[in-house]
Amino acid sequence: MTNLPKSNRRQFLKAGALLGTGLVISFVVPARITKFGESAEPDPVASFAPNAYLSIGSDGGINVLLSHVEMGQGIWTTLTMLIADELDADWKNIHVHHAPPGQPYMHTLYGLQITGGSSSTWSEFDRYRQAGATARMLLIAAGAKKFGVDPATCKTENGMVISGEQKASYGDLATLAASLPAPAKVELRPASDWKYIGKGLKRLDAPAKVNGTAKFGMDMQFPGMLTAVVAHSPVMGGTVKSFDATAAKAVPGVKAVVQIPTGVAVLADHFWAAKKGKAALKITWDAGANASFNSVTQMEKYRALAATKGLPALNKGNVESALSQGGKVIEASYDFPYLAHAPMEPMNCTVKLGADKCEIWTGTQLPGIDQAVAAKILGFKPEQVSIDTVFLGGGFGRRATPTSDFVAEAVHIAKASGKFIKMVWTREDDMQGGYYRAAFHHKLKIGVDNNGYPTAWNHSIVGQSIFEGTFLSMLVQNGIDSSSVEGIADSPYMTEVKDAYVGLHTTKLPISVLWYRSVGHTHTAFVMETIIDQLATEAGKDPLEFRRTLLKSHPRHLAALNLAAEKAGWGKALPAGHFHGIAVHESFLSFVGQVVEVSVTNGRVNVHKVTCAIDCGLAVNPDGVKAQMESGIIFGITMALYGEINFKDGKVQQTNFHNYPILRMNESPEIDVHIVASTEKMGGAGECGVPPTAPAIANAVFAATGKRIRKPPFASIT
Amino acid sequence: MVYKLKVNKKDYSVDATPDMPLLWVLRDLLGLTGTKFGCGMAQCGACTVHLEGEAVRSCVTLIARAAGKEVTTIEGLSPDSKHPLQVAWLEEDTPQCGYCQSGQIMAAAVLLRENADPTDEDIDHAMSGNICRCGTYPRIRKAIHLAAKLQKQGGTK
Ligand code: FES
Ligand code: FES
Repeated sequence: MTNLPKSNRRQFLKAGALLGTGLVISFVVPARITKFGESAEPDPVASFAPNAYLSIGSDGGINVLLSHVEMGQGIWTTLTMLIADELDADWKNIHVHHAPPGQPYMHTLYGLQITGGSSSTWSEFDRYRQAGATARMLLIAAGAKKFGVDPATCKTENGMVISGEQKASYGDLATLAASLPAPAKVELRPASDWKYIGKGLKRLDAPAKVNGTAKFGMDMQFPGMLTAVVAHSPVMGGTVKSFDATAAKAVPGVKAVVQIPTGVAVLADHFWAAKKGKAALKITWDAGANASFNSVTQMEKYRALAATKGLPALNKGNVESALSQGGKVIEASYDFPYLAHAPMEPMNCTVKLGADKCEIWTGTQLPGIDQAVAAKILGFKPEQVSIDTVFLGGGFGRRATPTSDFVAEAVHIAKASGKFIKMVWTREDDMQGGYYRAAFHHKLKIGVDNNGYPTAWNHSIVGQSIFEGTFLSMLVQNGIDSSSVEGIADSPYMTEVKDAYVGLHTTKLPISVLWYRSVGHTHTAFVMETIIDQLATEAGKDPLEFRRTLLKSHPRHLAALNLAAEKAGWGKALPAGHFHGIAVHESFLSFVGQVVEVSVTNGRVNVHKVTCAIDCGLAVNPDGVKAQMESGIIFGITMALYGEINFKDGKVQQTNFHNYPILRMNESPEIDVHIVASTEKMGGAGECGVPPTAPAIANAVFAATGKRIRKPPFASIT
Repeated sequence: MVYKLKVNKKDYSVDATPDMPLLWVLRDLLGLTGTKFGCGMAQCGACTVHLEGEAVRSCVTLIARAAGKEVTTIEGLSPDSKHPLQVAWLEEDTPQCGYCQSGQIMAAAVLLRENADPTDEDIDHAMSGNICRCGTYPRIRKAIHLAAKLQKQGGTK
């Protein structure tokens, strides 16, 4: 923060950074960001860059650099609000950009540059405000110097420094401010002075998204660029044995065909020619380890495993003896399939490879890892690889692979062909390309007391680990991948249970798995919230009251649960044939309760209304939080009713939206979101809306039909 | 083969094979990237454009069918981005990732032209061909109702 540039050229910062893999990187913070494809001309506008997050040009333009990427969650607006609240800037002059890979943009907690874990707002809350406050103090100091007054007499207003009758714009003060030493101490404004935080602001990215000008990775176009489409093995993980490209090369527009580690790429003048070329390829595949992999037999194996004792994720008392005392025991088991993220924009990546540098344009949640992976493939240093992150057409975790799969593939194509390429996956490539939410099996035995409350809990979980073997392997401890058991081992319902054992079996399979919006909570919340519901109904108790009793020492769960129940009118009469289901779950430091109104007609599940309450502490952009709840709920309904990826002989059976349906407008319920007024610790919003939805629907389906759902998806009840 | 196209009131001639879908002509030959690729098989609506005023899925509309006809894309919906739908979309803070939004707006534009005061059911009917993985449906619904109101008031054109 002390490194204030005087020059009007690009500011060059060097930083030794540990990027997970121990890479030392240096990087450039542009004083003025170039537009896509624009060459990096010397900046004509003198600028003031008090830190890596913000620069102010002498033309008054304010560039905000985001350490987190915009994939729909609204961080483009929220992080900018944090800076703007301290800076007193004029909104008209603010330009927002994704940051390049670099040390200042590392996650404040995770130590790598990542957008994920619903952590962007709370983890940047201080850093981005400080960035704005530092700049404002320097601008005030510059104003005071220019006016010849004491800084204490100066104030700021909407992009101006003012002292008495004297005024100067931030742009006019930028050069002078750049020559001043950084303030030793930065004071943040008290909450009472916030103009935006807690009140909100309309999305800054929306105007470009309603007129077609917003640029996604898919939209990258440059002179001389070819489009590459890849033929992937039909069996996941298979490799090319041999291929004949004669017919493919004869397709008009096809320019080259190259083999890469993951298949065969066809390069053409445009997508259509490349796709036709791919169809004309004759490839003999070596199916590899997955040739006989089937979802059905996999689940049978998982069930057998679940009957044996797994590694302890939670172990208290003596569950076996507690369960053999002759009291009432409730047993249940659940199957969960693989799930594809299916963001609206299929994976893609544009690569321009030169002799000693590589330029990459893509929508990514993990730019630093992508940079490192690309550099490794090319034998380059990371700083020889630039990553220009454009808008992500949805992420949900898919655009953060520890292997940088889609970036790596595109880099391999550029390397093998020597061409400037945009790799475009078809929907089928995307759907069948792996990195799924893992399939899981749960088996439970719960002993209850005379009032039906749980006293002994034996819980077996079987599934693949996400973190094992990745740069996040430290999140696997004593054989327990925390993401496989989150929401169960740490469930508030376990507090009062005297004897409990949560055992985990981590399976090893050559199917790639990945975090998926709300990660482990996608299945663990379903199990917990449906089984608690079952305990309630078996005890003849109201599911809301039953939860209130169990959660009595968990005020934030209770607040979300009670607000949702109150707003939904829990217990009041509903239209004929409509039933309520309820669920509450904590994830990503936030607490969400939901009440779902459902009917089941001719075996078909209809979701009419979802009432949601969230306690995320301070909601920096309340309407943004509401939008994320709506988004999470609809994601959760898709998962509950439709989500399923199956394998047969190693081949993914789903291909496109006709056999991997996504909830549509005509099925989309009314959604009513309420934010708990809370001064508790801040949590996330991007994911926590998802977990309660599916179990709440399943609980409503039970109320409607008397059937307990153990195996999502469940669009139709037979 | 050379085809004559009229896109957003501008004349173009493009060299393409007859089986080339309009989507790729627009995106890859004309550089109009506002129209998006989501599925390539008429499932998602991301590629929705107007052909002679009708909403079509450009990923399955061959260039031969579009030749000589009027095509309107999101870029040509309004000269100043002030179509009532665009105004209403911003008012409701509708887009999230934004990738589906061009197609959503183009589908809604035909609905609103044909039906000045669409009911929720009309909206379901007209919009269920357009997938939004970010789940912006509640806001799209509100925005269409608002746009209908704006259109009636004539405050925006
Ligand atoms: S891309 Fe045309 S409908 Fe999906
Ligand atoms: S806004 Fe992301 S798919 Fe609709």
